[in-house]
Amino acid sequence: MSTATEVVGAPAGVPRAPRTGAKKKRRGETRVAIYLVAPTLILLAVVIGYPVVSAIIMSFQKDAGLDPATGLFVAGGFAGISNYAHWILQQCLDTSGNTISCPPGNLGSQFWNATGVTFFFAVVTVALETAFGVWMAIIMNRTFRGRGLVRAAILVPWAIPTAVTAKLWFFIFATSGIANALLQTQILWTSDEWASRFAIIIADTWKTTPFMALLILAGLQIIPEDVYEAAKMDGATTFQQFWRITLPLIRPALMVAVLFRILDALRIYDLPAILTGGGGGTGNATTTLSILVVDQIRQGFNSASALSTITFIIIFIVAFIFVRVLGTNVVRTQQAQQKGAAK
Amino acid sequence: MSAIAATATRTVARDRAVAAVDTRAIAMKRRGRGRGIRTGISAAVIVLWCLAPFYWMIVTAFRDVGYTYDTAFWPTHVTFDNFTTAFSTQLGNHLGKALLNSLFIGVCVTAIALIIGIFAAYALARLDFRFKGILLGVILGASMFPGVALITPLFQLFTNIGWMGSYQALILPSISFVLPLTVYTLTSFFREMPWDLEEAARIDGCTQAQAFRKIILPLAAPAVFTTAILAFISSWNEYLISSQLSSDATQPVTVAIASFAGSQPHQEPYTTVMAAGTIVTIPLVILVLIFQRRIVAGLTAGGVKG
Repeated sequence: MSTATEVVGAPAGVPRAPRTGAKKKRRGETRVAIYLVAPTLILLAVVIGYPVVSAIIMSFQKDAGLDPATGLFVAGGFAGISNYAHWILQQCLDTSGNTISCPPGNLGSQFWNATGVTFFFAVVTVALETAFGVWMAIIMNRTFRGRGLVRAAILVPWAIPTAVTAKLWFFIFATSGIANALLQTQILWTSDEWASRFAIIIADTWKTTPFMALLILAGLQIIPEDVYEAAKMDGATTFQQFWRITLPLIRPALMVAVLFRILDALRIYDLPAILTGGGGGTGNATTTLSILVVDQIRQGFNSASALSTITFIIIFIVAFIFVRVLGTNVVRTQQAQQKGAAK
Repeated sequence: MSAIAATATRTVARDRAVAAVDTRAIAMKRRGRGRGIRTGISAAVIVLWCLAPFYWMIVTAFRDVGYTYDTAFWPTHVTFDNFTTAFSTQLGNHLGKALLNSLFIGVCVTAIALIIGIFAAYALARLDFRFKGILLGVILGASMFPGVALITPLFQLFTNIGWMGSYQALILPSISFVLPLTVYTLTSFFREMPWDLEEAARIDGCTQAQAFRKIILPLAAPAVFTTAILAFISSWNEYLISSQLSSDATQPVTVAIASFAGSQPHQEPYTTVMAAGTIVTIPLVILVLIFQRRIVAGLTAGGVKG
């Protein structure tokens, strides 16, 4: 520590004499930084890196089992891509070891359904949450009596654990529950194919819109009021102000919020697992990819590993598209927001 | 020292608020009353939408189990039986134990994440080094990592080494999402701190380590505390990993609530679950409302869902 201290001796903000050299300082700070960052990286390597690597290795292994001829326990050995083919191409093995297409009821045949359900949830919930989030953020950005109450109220759904949220909406959506009583309907919210999907979408929207609204509000607060004053001088309507000023200016914050929510929505588990048990319709109307992985764990680690790796890759591709194609710069946007907020 | 900084922050905040109110007051007057009423109605709708389900949970928690489906909006058939049932170990509800489990796991995860993460956050906020941007990206990416990608190998590993259902089997995986959140939130907070004071201390003869311990750490206490709350909440709310890796003895509240038994057999124990939900939620809601401003700052800084 003491050598490092000597090297970074010059105060950071003060313009340095050229002989000290920014390069030398940087090299010194790099050394300190390595020591400071190392524990975090090592721990993350243990809790994330190790499981991911071993999941990938497992996904290429056959399930171990008893050899029918000898009665001895044998390791599975290399399986090639058969675990992936099981999910993506719905290939199963019959009792004599031939490759057949998976029978209905086998978890393998649910893959594309689960992928569809997961993306359906992600797109619909994030669209709803973005729309409501922008609306809530605009209201909270205005000055009115009771604004404190709104800002407090909006934190309540966020603070409730998702497991409790799921149970709460399970009760609200009970057949004789308050939702049907208020709507004067007899909808089977937790077992009908589309009703159960919308039950999850409604509960998720309730729980997560506040988070979106807060992120968007942070983006709204850095728009200076005089931009709107100028627009009004030029005769812009409220809608024009929103479309031409607010939306373009909060676009970076909005994109970051949408990215976070999409990635979060694609791994959705708690809400459907507790609210509908992944069921509904013919039995898997709300089975998401995460639910399918958990269902598979007890039927074979290696297939489950392949599926969780596929899930991970899907989420990674979506994130990549956001960052590369749509140019969402998470780090820079948040730094800009902080600078704006610090003014 | 921290009092001065706190006052300074408050003054800045107040100035900003006053300036905002001034410009907006003029704008409001010009736009007239129509917009004020519309804002009021919108605000009322938001408050109602956010609080109504929560209110319904509390009302039901105090309602007699025979009147589960009573649709009166105010409390009727008030009873405390649901809370007794929720804690009844005879019915197989280990809510008391589950609360302690959640508390223990949450405190361990938060402590580990803070102790480890505070150094990384200091480096990321304060030092200039290569690969800093990439490192921030990696840590942010780690917090978005899907839990299912970890669960299968961990399930097998913990089965093999006999950790299944142990506390460490629940604490370690939680670090995978709490540590990145901690580092990222702390980094954002640390960037805003008055680092001139550190330099002043250095000029007065402190080493960098001393300046950090004696000046920065006390100043950073509120930021660290806020981050601790966010970390604790995200650990407290975890369900996926715990539901697979915990046993009856170690299960946290989220898992306990999802598998609850009521006082009436063959009947969905709605009122009991609502009572348990109320117990689990009320401390969080109180905590969040007390530290509302800081939590909102932390949430938007870290940008990571709890």
